[in-house]
Formats: sequence, C-alpha cells, structure tokens
Amino acid sequence: MASARVAKIAKYKTTIKDPGTPGTLTMTLEKILFVPRNPKSAVKLDVEFRYIKGQKHTKEGSNKPPWLNLTNNQNGSFIFEFENYSDLQDCRDFVGKVLAKSGEVSEKPTVAYPDEQLNAAEMELRIKLLQEDSELQKLHKQFVLSGVLTEAEFWATRKKLLDREASKKIKQRLGFKSAMVSDIKPSTDGRTNKVTFNLTPEIILQIFAEKPAVHRAFLSYVPNKMSERNFWTKYFRAEYLHSTKNSIAAAAEAAEDEELAVFLKQDDILASEARRKIRWVDPTLDMEADEGDDYTHLPDHGIFRDGNKEMTELQNELYKRTLSQDINRHAAVVLEGRAVDAEFEDTKAVAEALAQSKRESSNKGESDGNTSRERLDRLSRMTEIEDLQGSNNLPLAPLCIKDPRDYFDSQQANALRTSGDALSRTEQIKCSLSIPEAYGSLRESISSIKTMGWKEPIVKPEVAHQVFDALTNSISNTKHNIGKNPQESVLDRLPRKTKEELLHIWTSILELLKHFWASYPITTSYLYAKVNRLKDAMSNIYPQLEEIKGSVPSEFRHQVSLLVRPMHQALDAAIQHYEASMQKRSTQSGEKPNGYV
Amino acid sequence: MASAPSKLYADDVNLVVVLLDTNPFFWSSSSLSFSQSLSHVLAFFNAILTLNQLNQVVVIATGYNSCDYIFDSASDLNRSYENGRMPVMSSSLLQKLEEFLIKDEQLSKEEPDGRIKSSLFSGSLSMALCHIQRVFRSGALHPHPRILCLQGSPDGPEQYVAIMNAIFSAQRSEVPIDSCYIGAQNSAFLQQASYITGGVHHKPQNLDGLFQYLMTIFATDLHSRSFIHLPKPVGVDFRASCFCHKNTIDMGYICCVCLSIFCKQHKKCSTCGGCAGQKKRGQMCDCRLEILHLSP
Repeated sequence: MASARVAKIAKYKTTIKDPGTPGTLTMTLEKILFVPRNPKSAVKLDVEFRYIKGQKHTKEGSNKPPWLNLTNNQNGSFIFEFENYSDLQDCRDFVGKVLAKSGEVSEKPTVAYPDEQLNAAEMELRIKLLQEDSELQKLHKQFVLSGVLTEAEFWATRKKLLDREASKKIKQRLGFKSAMVSDIKPSTDGRTNKVTFNLTPEIILQIFAEKPAVHRAFLSYVPNKMSERNFWTKYFRAEYLHSTKNSIAAAAEAAEDEELAVFLKQDDILASEARRKIRWVDPTLDMEADEGDDYTHLPDHGIFRDGNKEMTELQNELYKRTLSQDINRHAAVVLEGRAVDAEFEDTKAVAEALAQSKRESSNKGESDGNTSRERLDRLSRMTEIEDLQGSNNLPLAPLCIKDPRDYFDSQQANALRTSGDALSRTEQIKCSLSIPEAYGSLRESISSIKTMGWKEPIVKPEVAHQVFDALTNSISNTKHNIGKNPQESVLDRLPRKTKEELLHIWTSILELLKHFWASYPITTSYLYAKVNRLKDAMSNIYPQLEEIKGSVPSEFRHQVSLLVRPMHQALDAAIQHYEASMQKRSTQSGEKPNGYV
Repeated sequence: MASAPSKLYADDVNLVVVLLDTNPFFWSSSSLSFSQSLSHVLAFFNAILTLNQLNQVVVIATGYNSCDYIFDSASDLNRSYENGRMPVMSSSLLQKLEEFLIKDEQLSKEEPDGRIKSSLFSGSLSMALCHIQRVFRSGALHPHPRILCLQGSPDGPEQYVAIMNAIFSAQRSEVPIDSCYIGAQNSAFLQQASYITGGVHHKPQNLDGLFQYLMTIFATDLHSRSFIHLPKPVGVDFRASCFCHKNTIDMGYICCVCLSIFCKQHKKCSTCGGCAGQKKRGQMCDCRLEILHLSP
C-alpha cells in the first residue's frame, strides 16, 4: 500500500441537505477520523473501517459537488464533501483498497499463511482444545495474539491433538424408538366431542416406515386429491375402526370411501416385499422357504382354533389387523434401522426423503443382483461401530524412557576426568623386565604366600576406616546434591509460583525454538519475517528470566540459576545462529545493490 | 541403562565369576605387590562364601597369552590340596594359579618392548559368559550370576570389538559386570562395561585397603543393590577404538550401514564391504561416511 493514511480537508454532512461541518478527515488503515475545525462543534466522527460496507461518490463530470458517501452496516451513511475531485479520488482509492483488504480478511479471519482454509468444524475443534487446556491457551495467547506466530503455524505442529478431538464426535446414528410411537393416543375434549392428534415429524416418519401403503397413498393423494389434514383425518378414522375390531363396520365404510379403504386394507406393499424376501432366503439355510412361510399378514398367523383350516368371511378378513401384526411390523422396522437421518419440518419432506431412500436401496438391490453380498455388506456396516474403534495410528515402536538421572549423574565431573586423563597419558608406566623375569617374580609371590599364609592383618584397621569413611562420604555427597528421594526433582522444592513460571517460560522457549529452527534455511521472505519476529520474542524472554531469578529467596537462587542455565544456552545458541546468518546475508547482499533478500 | 537392581531378585544368593588379572608385567610394576593383592582377594572370596551357604565363586585368570579357569567353589576337587597354613580353597586356587602361569609363560612368543601390553580381557570375559550360559541351562534353580573384573592392565584397543560384543551379550542376558580397576590410568572399557550392563565400577584410591573396597562395594549381591547405595562413577569414558588401526579415538567416521568406526574417511567400509547404492566397479561411490563425535 502506498500510504497508510490519508488526510484531507472536507466537510462532514450527516444528510444530503446538511450544509456540512468543515474539518479534517483522516483515514488510516483501521479507522476514519473526522475532526471539525471549530473545536466547539459537537460533530466528531470516529468510525472503524470494519463497519464500513461500501462507498458511493458523485461523478466528476457532473455538476454536483465532490461528495463521498460511506455506508456502514447499519445502513447509515457518512457524507463527506471535498474541496476538489482529486482529493475525492485519493480518498476513494484509499477506501477502496482498505475495503478490499478487509473484505478478504473478513472472509478468512485467521489467514496469514497463504493456503489455509478453515471451516467451521475446524474452528470449533481449536476453540474446544483451547478451552480444555489452559497451558495451551496461555501459549496461544502469548504468541498468536501478539503476532509472533500465526494460527496456522501454531496448529501445524498439533495435528495429532486436533485429530484426537475430531474423532471424539459421535458417529453412530440414533435408531427408532422401541416404543410404538405411531400408536398415538389423541387428546379428547369432552365438551366439544373432538379428538386431537399431535403429529410430529418423528411420528410421521415412523408411520411411513411401518406402513408403506400409507406412504404411497400420501405421496399420491397429497396435495392433489386431498389436503394433508384430510389425509390424516381419514387415517385416524381407519385406525379407530381397526381398534374397534369391528370388521363389518370397517368393510362397510371401506366400500363407501375408497381412500379410507386404502388405510383399511392389508398393506399390499408389505405383502409383496415379504414375498420378495422369501425368494432371497439362502437355500443353504432353508431349502423349503416358500410363500407358505409368509404368514405375518394372516390373522392369528394362520393358526386357527380347533384345527380348522377353512377361511370364512374372506371379504371381511381383509379388514382385520391384529396386535401381533402391528408389533411385529414395528419391530422389523426398528431393527432395519433408520433410513433417513436428518430432521424434517414438513410431512412432505419426510415422505419424499423416505421415498428417495427406498428408491436408492431398491436400485442398489437390482444393480447388485447379488443379495448375499449385500447382506454381508450390511452386516459388516452394522457391526463395525466407528467411534469404538481404536485410532489407527501408524505402528510406532514404544518409547523406552530411561531414568535421566543416571545419565546426568555420570556426567558430573567431566572436566576433572579429562584433565586427569591428559596427565596420566603422559606418564605411561614402563616395565623393563623380560618374560622369564616377570613370570618368575609372579611365581615367587605365589610361593611366598603359600608358605607364609595370608598377611596378618589383611587390612590395617586405620586404612580400612579411612577407606570406609571416604566411600561413605562420597556416596552421601552425591545423594545430597541430587536429592534423597530419587523421584523428587529440584523443581518440587521451589515455591509453587516460581515453579509454574519456570515451566511456562520453558514451554514457551520450546515453542519458539521449534518454529525458529524449522524456518532455517531461509528461502522466502515470509520465513525471513517470521524469523525476525521469533528472534524479538526470544530476546524478550531474557528479562523475564532475570526477574524470576531475582524474585526467588536466596536459598534457592543457586538451584534456580542451574535450571535457568540450559534455557540461556538454548536461547544463546539460537540468537548466535541468527546473527551469524544475518551477517552472512549482509555480506552476500552487499553485492546486490537493491538489497533483495 | 536398565540397572540390575531394577530386576527383582528373590534372594541374596551370589554366583560371582571373578576375572583376575595375572599380567606379570603389570604386577611387577604395580605399587601393590601380587602377594599382597592375593591375600586381599582370597580373603574376599572367603567372605563371599561365608555370606550365604549357597554362594558360589568361579575364578578365571586373565593371562598375558591365555585365559583359564582357576577355581570353582562348587566343584569337589578342592579337597586334594591340603595346606595347614590357609583355608583349603585358597590353597587349591593358588596351586592352579601357579600351573596356569607356567603354561602361560610357555606360550609367550615375542620379547616385550618395555610398554605394558594389555592382558586378554576379551578372552576371559567371553569364557565367563560361556560359563554363565552353562549355568543358565543347567536347571531351574541357580543364583543369578554376575561378573567381577579385577583388572590392572591398560586397555587393549585391538580388543575393542570383542569386548563390546561381550558387553552387549552380557547386557542381553542381564548379567551385570562390576569392575574394580587397580591400575594407574583409567580404563574406558571397564567403565563402559559397567555402565552398559548396570554394574558398578570403582577405581580404589588407596590400594592398601583393597579388601575394604571389595567388601564394601563388590560384595553386595544383586538383590540388595535395590536399597544399598553404591558409589556412582564420576564420569563414563565412552571412547572407542577405530576398526582400521585399533587406535583409541574420540572423533571418527562411521559407516552408515554397519556402524563401524574408522579414524579416516574411507570410500568403502571394510566391515560390511559396501556403501549404500552399489555402483559399477571403477565408479567412485559418492556417499560419505558421517562424522561421529564420541566424547561425552
């Protein structure tokens, strides 16, 4: 952007008719400020660019004075009258640029890294993680909100956390209720003799699922032949007739009203589906499965009292429906599972969604042609519950973390050792005996000890005492320096506040160093800017460390300085590297006159 | 490294395999004479045997040209060397030691050039491990073995590979190697052996009190090490020796395939005979061996 602010002399008008208050209009990247020339005037304007939606202006060639009209979100407008059109032009360009920039910013509020696109789910996950982990939140606040790191960089190293959060969401589908919701009881109004049924989309879904003939009737009759209200009235009339078990009355009413008849008849769709399913029974399971096995539509499951197999009153039999039929059908539907997932407001939407899913499943069934394979597929889909599976991480070798004290204890007196070594290496002991002499002297020693027996005493008491003392002292010294309790660390003995501060500083140092070292080698200007930011943040940590060291009571000061030393070393190494690379750059870019990095 | 005390030993029975250094050149120039050290050491063996009825001691002599078993407390052959002056076991040990020295002298080939050369530590360590394996396979009930090295001779860099192999197999079998170094300089091999296998290493300052050192530190059985504090070493010398010249080095080159250590950059590794990405004969391989900084 060529300039970050524009200041022009203008008049501010609240409406078109307003003569305008003369003053100065200053526009920066963030806001618009209008200060009137007359300090006593009450008109002052201080608006942030976020609220500005658009701009309009008068055309140059027209006779109108140069006006700029900025509209804000609440449909208010600020009108500025400039002295000449070139001022107007400048302001217009500036506003245009700012609006364009803020337009892109408002679409993707967290983008600084070119290719990141966040959707709402990702944002939710991040916010949730931040809320749960206060340490993470502190780090996030410290670095991202202060501009040292961008969102993308911060979260780039925490993908595992985000994945774990994402997988916690429930992926199972809720099934139908076991209770027969379709068998609803109306509320009766004793006074007016009316009954009222309450239908929710859930209930409607179940009714359509259980009674496909009703579903088909709904799709064909509503809204062409009858209104939805009529449809349901007829449906409930039919239900009532069923419940009275008065098949003669039912037959009579069915004869009059053909739509009612649809509700009263046996469900032919069900019958044909049952027949189809029987055909698909695996012959290895049941060779004799045939139509005779479809008895759910028969009253009493085709079992008659006293062995009577005659079917009388065929006509009226059609209108009978038993409770066991209803329960069985409901159970079958619940076990099949929910075919549609979403929530619906409208009966029509429900009906259509269900029809759609049925069409899809029948299409799939036809195209497959292989029913057993479909059954196996369904079985595997039903048995594998996604959110109970373990997370499929790559097979990693398990970490074997040894006690770090072992290593650090053994590194204690390194300087001492190396100097001792250097000395002793120069004094290599020479032996000037020949082979027979050497062996001879050994054998002599053996014979002498054989004849004389062991030395009396084997060890002089004062020597033994000395040795014992020295050993005990050295053991207790190491214990004292490291700590009696092997599990206890130096940190636990510090006051709690200091410990927390130290730990927080250490995690922030780690975070900064992680990003710092990952940015080398610097290949783009983005990395260059990032490294500069990180280096500034790192330099700010030094005074924090000094402060902690000063605030600690004196008995802990030594230990705290021991703890702080590796932090200093890490930061020093990083800053050293930075300065070395800057120097290398400047010597290199000395050859390039325009200083392009 | 997993230390021996971390494994649970149900009782404090010891099976100690002692590697006794019998390098004549070292002993003739040591401040502690051989007979003096023998009395310390023999008393120490007796003390171990009295600590528990089931304790066993096996002694292997690390000679200049050969190694051999000198003593086994569990064997019945100890009765034949009666001597009124000292316990029966000690006299049998001394007898065997003498015989070993005679044999060892006969194996000498070249005249020494004045420098003290190393004893065959790798040989005796391997023999100790073989004996321990035999113990492992002998039956169900046996005390858990450990190895105690009484060394004074300097390290022989030519034995580096063999010693490291033995150390790793001891680590694998969970046999701790304790080491007591009575020489003048420091022994990097012994320090590494104790560090890797979880044993204890000590270099006594006052050799007149060698017995006291042995009793305080090295008599501790593995079970007791979980609650008895033993002195920790001040530092471990991790220097290795190069595979080509057997010199001790602390900065070298490593083959990225087989991890053999060389002091100079080679185009081809002599151990594994290759470099990643075999080219045709005559072509120069352009993979470089990487530098390893070995000092701690």
